[in-house]
Amino acid sequence: MALELEHVTKRFGKFTAVDDLSLAIPESEMFGFLGANGAGKTTTFRMILGLLDPSGGKIAWNGKPIDYSTSPLIGYLPEERGLYPKLKVKDQVVYLAKLRGMAKQDSLKELTYWLERFKVPENANKKVEELSKGNQQKIQFITAVIHKPKLLILDEPFSGLDPVNVEQLKDAVLDLKNNGTTIVFSSHRMEHVEELCEHLCIMQKGRPIVHGSLKEIKRSFGRKNLVIHGDYDLGFLAESRGVMKSRQTAEGIQLQISGEEAAEAIFREVAEKGFVRKFVLEEPSLNDIFIEKAGASYE
Amino acid sequence: MNNFMTILLHTYLSKLKTKSFIVTTLITVVIVAGLANLSGIIDYFNKDNEERIAVIDETGVLLNPLQEQMDALNNEITLIAYKGSEAEGENAVKDGDYRGLLLLSFNKEELPEAAYKAKSIADSAIPSELQGGLQQLKTQMAATQINLSPEQLSKLYEPVPFEKTALEENAKTEEELNQARGLVYVLLFIIYFAVILYANMIAMEVATEKSSRVMEILISSVSPIKQMFAKILGIGLLSLTQMALILLVGYFSVKQNLDTMEGGFFEFFGFGNIPASTIAYALIFFILGYFLYATLAAFLGSLVSRIEDIQQMITPMTMMVVAGFMISMFGLSQPEASFVTVTSYIPFFTPMLMFMRVGMLSLPVWEPILGIVILLAAIVLLAVFGARVYRGGVLMYGKSNSFKDIKKALQLTKNE
Repeated sequence: MALELEHVTKRFGKFTAVDDLSLAIPESEMFGFLGANGAGKTTTFRMILGLLDPSGGKIAWNGKPIDYSTSPLIGYLPEERGLYPKLKVKDQVVYLAKLRGMAKQDSLKELTYWLERFKVPENANKKVEELSKGNQQKIQFITAVIHKPKLLILDEPFSGLDPVNVEQLKDAVLDLKNNGTTIVFSSHRMEHVEELCEHLCIMQKGRPIVHGSLKEIKRSFGRKNLVIHGDYDLGFLAESRGVMKSRQTAEGIQLQISGEEAAEAIFREVAEKGFVRKFVLEEPSLNDIFIEKAGASYE
Repeated sequence: MNNFMTILLHTYLSKLKTKSFIVTTLITVVIVAGLANLSGIIDYFNKDNEERIAVIDETGVLLNPLQEQMDALNNEITLIAYKGSEAEGENAVKDGDYRGLLLLSFNKEELPEAAYKAKSIADSAIPSELQGGLQQLKTQMAATQINLSPEQLSKLYEPVPFEKTALEENAKTEEELNQARGLVYVLLFIIYFAVILYANMIAMEVATEKSSRVMEILISSVSPIKQMFAKILGIGLLSLTQMALILLVGYFSVKQNLDTMEGGFFEFFGFGNIPASTIAYALIFFILGYFLYATLAAFLGSLVSRIEDIQQMITPMTMMVVAGFMISMFGLSQPEASFVTVTSYIPFFTPMLMFMRVGMLSLPVWEPILGIVILLAAIVLLAVFGARVYRGGVLMYGKSNSFKDIKKALQLTKNE
């Protein structure tokens, strides 16, 4: 395991921000970190980066603790974007890359590559305050990855971007992952995590409430979604055995059911009634799981 | 190159290139050069500024001796006998032909009497010089009237011999003390301004990085403590650059004008023979004072989230500098007051007060050394404490900007 967190806890006075969090992230994996605001995601990242010391537990990167001597191996995109507003993009990136141990010529070369990849080569000599928010975000991303880190931490990388830019950034993140970078990223957009991550962790009030590989989480959640489209009223299915939730749609009904056995029973029931145009058994979406898990313990 | 040097150089170079820094330095250099050349500049404007005074001398005997008196006083007043009437004379003054009109006559006791008329009497220099000359003349005439010989007269006016001697060895003579006062005064001003200016600059710098949120990236690559001290040293280097530039310009323009200045303003300020030890102490206390206040400013700056709040946060610090300056101004006239002695050992006042005492008095060597040691200890303590607050402070964002935040910042860095 490349990045390991063992029973990590962080208390601020009486308030516990992160409570007994244990994670293991394999190398060149993309790990998703989910949670509502205030769930403890940023605090966890800050502990991984060594900005905060954990109150208890251990954090290790390839078996060694993370400190400033390992900083050239680590890239960080903070949730609150931060760049010098008055500094030119070029000077800014070179300076920040130098702090990660990168020579000026190399960082200039890399910067040219990234700016061209993001189709904004004209921005190199502009001041950051002159750029649009999306373009600032690209510069921020470049500063996080320019030194080719082994471990990349992205705190809400896609928030506030238009869909075109999100795609560009997603491509870049996937490329990095395929080149062997271990990536941890947080989001409250489920579809991003679902699309990019094999492993994930859902945090609530500092505690990990769901943790594991995406497939396993979905399987162990047990419930499945059943979508049926038919020309007659399917409302009676809401009363069937094994149905937890139901929602009528324009073309039919959407059901959340306890498992495959329930689906079989429903299939027979529907077949007796008549023809349906669509009968699909789906894996639950992460969103369903999140709402179920997080929503339940909110009460 | 390690990160410490990277930050130090970045801070130094990027500040060096800012317009505000270049403009302030240029203005200061121009002012310093201007001050050094002041007498030359004044002479230039006063080149042919002979003051012509029309005189109507009813007695016919006063004009020449008065002119002699004026020449003896080495001023530029020229008396010109005016032939016309008083009214014509007044008109000539109004037209600007003369600076003023002086009417000389004798009173009943055959002693000089005068009236002076000018467009305005705002400039009191000319009438008072005329009056002074006339007074001398009157004294001489009165003495002759009562048959006093010139010897008797000079006996009357001879000043009482009054000699002041300091009993303590090494104590400065009155003359030395006056010289020292001028020099110490100027250097105190430099320390005062520099500490306020550069401490402010540091606090602003930290607050800017924090409010633009670039801080979080910085401290994820470099430890906050390293970053804080690199910043302090970077700005320190900047301050020394600025000071060196100003002093260099000052030194050369003073040197160039040295001959014209003797006996004037500069001798009064003790620039004639500058004691090397005073300069050395000024440098030491300037640097130590800078570090003390810079560290304080850096950690205060780390507590605010918005640049607008920075002034409010560092006001207490500025007050402390001002208080130290006030006490040393008071101390210039009473350097031996026990109040001054005691406060010179309080770290925040030491840079200015101890320097003032060292410059003014002949202190035993251990006193400034003790002051320096106390100052060093305070800097180390403040740096250790400040670094901890800084480490937490830079991660804190919120509305409140009070000193309670110090506690919160410390809590952030604690690992219970």
